[in-house]
This record gives sequence, structure tokens and C-alpha cells, in this order.
Amino acid sequence: MAVELDKAVVREKIARRAEQEIESGYYVNLGIGMPTMVANYIQEDKQVVLQSENGLLGIGRSPYEEEVDPDLINAGKETVTASVGAAYCSSAESFAMIRGEHLDLAILGGMEVSEQGDLANWMIPGKMIKGMGGAMDIVHGAKKIVIIMDHVNKHGEPKILKQCQLPLTGQGVVDRIITDRAVIDVTETGLELIEVSEGWTVEEIKQSTEAELHVHPNVWEASF
Amino acid sequence: MMKTIYPSFERAVSEIKDYSTIMVGGFGLVGIPENLILALVDSKVKHLTVISNNCGVDDWGLGLLLKNKQIDKMIGSYVGENKEFERQVLAGELEVELTPQGTLAERIRAGGAGIPAFYTPAGVGTPLAEGQEVRTFDGKDYLLQTGLRADFSLVRAAKGDHYGNLIYNKTAQNFNPMIAAAGKVTIAEVEQLVDPGKLNPDHIHTPGIYVQGLIEGLQEKRIERLTVRAEA
Repeated sequence: MAVELDKAVVREKIARRAEQEIESGYYVNLGIGMPTMVANYIQEDKQVVLQSENGLLGIGRSPYEEEVDPDLINAGKETVTASVGAAYCSSAESFAMIRGEHLDLAILGGMEVSEQGDLANWMIPGKMIKGMGGAMDIVHGAKKIVIIMDHVNKHGEPKILKQCQLPLTGQGVVDRIITDRAVIDVTETGLELIEVSEGWTVEEIKQSTEAELHVHPNVWEASF
Repeated sequence: MMKTIYPSFERAVSEIKDYSTIMVGGFGLVGIPENLILALVDSKVKHLTVISNNCGVDDWGLGLLLKNKQIDKMIGSYVGENKEFERQVLAGELEVELTPQGTLAERIRAGGAGIPAFYTPAGVGTPLAEGQEVRTFDGKDYLLQTGLRADFSLVRAAKGDHYGNLIYNKTAQNFNPMIAAAGKVTIAEVEQLVDPGKLNPDHIHTPGIYVQGLIEGLQEKRIERLTVRAEA
């Protein structure tokens, strides 16, 4: 293995690379967990509105202690503030925005992604089912779906597979995968490796990916 | 039309009988009708089917009904905050129907709006689609989903008036407006009951026609995940 980084460092690295997916003018939904961290790295010169599916268009920064409002949370149930220009709405309206393809981008976590762009991120058979929350709606709504996750699982096994083994969240919904090792696009002809992270080689990425990878002719090495 | 103003939370829930289907507003612990839930716990009504996005936490919200074994079936989208929930499901004591959150919101909206069913892409190609009707529109597949209604809907609003008009606060709105419309009988717990004419008609989220009775109460508003930023 080329590099062994601390978990927090890896998460920050993925989050910073994911931030580059956000363009100025975008409406964006960030999933719970690591995707929420992406908000911390959004460059100040970008005009971005973050949507929270519990009914907030315009998530602001975390509140100072005296600003905490128990009626104001994000979809991860964390206390937040509303940004300037924010709007509140019902859950039905919020998902109408999502389903109606009004969001430019959603960045979500993943357990497995297949070479057809199938995503599994909501249940592991035999373990307690917690529920899918809004993930199954969001993967069909936003114009672009980016999945961020570790390249391999804790046993070192690939998470990018020919076929997902876990029950699906959505079929053929993923556009791009960003891991600690690489950036991979889902195309009509399969998966295409477009970027390789610093410290990794194209060959190592191929070896740690079960699905077949086409290497883009201009693959960008040490890109992040 | 002037609505019933209940003299107590006990009276507010007194019509709810065993085997009722109830919808309860809220996302996590935000916007839940806290006192109506506490009154349901005290009423000892059981064999309830509960439709709500979440099922509270172990010691608050709908988790209290669960702990008392008052719920037979739960329809929701995310129930991961509750250990007792897990125990009852694994022990076969509790039936659970998981629905994608947007589908749940729309099923409730449709129910209240008189729409029996609709198509949505959420769940296509997943275990949820097994045995369900799939239809293709413009080359994309959609699942048929049915509308939901309830015998009783319990909602929480920031303000209400004697006509049953309701205004919600921030993200405490969430599922409450659709749930208010989908109940045969809708009971609103309001933080503040105001005199008729005090609410601006332009600001009302839930028009009074959906609400049968109201009661004012004081909420604890527990916070599940306090996240603050350090003082500069």
C-alpha cells in the first residue's frame, strides 16, 4: 500500500476533492456524515445554496451557543443556522424540489457502487435496518450524483464492484465516484478512471477496484 | 368556523381508541406534538399503527409509546435512533414498513389531497420495488405508491387560532402540514393559541379546514445533536 493516512486526514482529503464538484450558482444537497463535511471547505467566492431535505433551502454555519434554536436542524438532526436568503418549507415541498430535478448536485456516501452506476448505501442484510431516509429520492432527483467513500472497505476489499452485493438504493444513478484514491466517472461504456490521488498509481487503483476500469487517455495523476 | 379548544391533553386524545391509525408530525424530535404523545402514553391506548418519519428516541417522543408496547406497526423512513425499536422488530413484536422519506411525504400529501396513488422514481430497482407496479414514462421507470390517511393526526405548530389556522416555526414545519390534511380528525398542539384575527392570512401554512381541535402547551424541545461553533 502506497500511503497509510489517518482516518480524519483521509476524510478531509475526500471532502476537499468533492468540494471541487460544486460550482458557483449551484443548489446542492449534502448527505449525512462525510458529505456534510464538504460544506466546511466551500470556497468563499462561490455562491452556493445548500438544501436540507427536512425543509430548509439555505443551510448556514453551525450556531454559536446562544444562537441555538431547537426548531432549526439539518437532515442529520444537528443544530444549524439559516443562511441569508434561506427559505423554509414542508417535507413534501422539499422533496418536490429534489424529485423535480431542481437541485444541481447531490454528494452522498456509499457502501458499494457498481460499474452500471448502481448505488448501495442503506442496509446490510442481517444487521438492523435503520431505514433509507431521503437517499432513495435524492438519487433520482439531483442533476448530478457524486458518491464519496473509501476506495476499499475495512477488510481491504473493493467497494467498486461489477455488481453490488448489498440491496440497492438506486439503479444506474451514480455519475461520479470520489474515493481517497481516485476519481472515477460512470459512463455509458463503463467506469472511467479520470484522476488518481497523490501516492497511488493507476495500477494500484485497478487492483483495488473489482469492476473493470477504462483509463482515460489523459488520466490526471497526483491530482489531489 | 370555531374549533374545539381542549381543556386538557388527556381530553384531546380521549377519542383515540385501540387499533387506530395515527399520523404524528415531526422530523427527529423537531416539531413533534410532545404533550399529545405524553397524553397518549398515559391513555394506555394500544395496538396503534403509527405513521411518522421517525419513531423518537428511547426516552422521548414516539419512543415512549414504543417502550410501553402501544405500537403494533410503524410506517416511517428512518428509525435508527432507537434501540428499543430494534429489539421489538427483531423479537417480532413490531411490524415496520420503511418508505423513502420523499415518498412518505408525498403519500401523506396525496392522502390528504384525495389522490389515491401516484408514480415516483424512488425505489425503482431496489428491494422496495419487489411485487410493486412499475410503469415507464418517457423512458424512465416509476413505482406506483398509494396515498395514506389516518384516523387521527397529531401535529405541532408555533401558532394557531380558534379557527384552526396554523403557522409553523422554521424546520419544525417538516411533515406537519401534510399530516394535518391527511387525518380524519386532526389535533393540533400549539405553542401559542392566539385570538381570531391575530394571524395574517397570508402567513398561514395550514388553513383551518384541516384541523378539528387545538390545545396550547409548553414544549421541552429536546435537542438530539447539539452542534455549536466555538466562540471566536
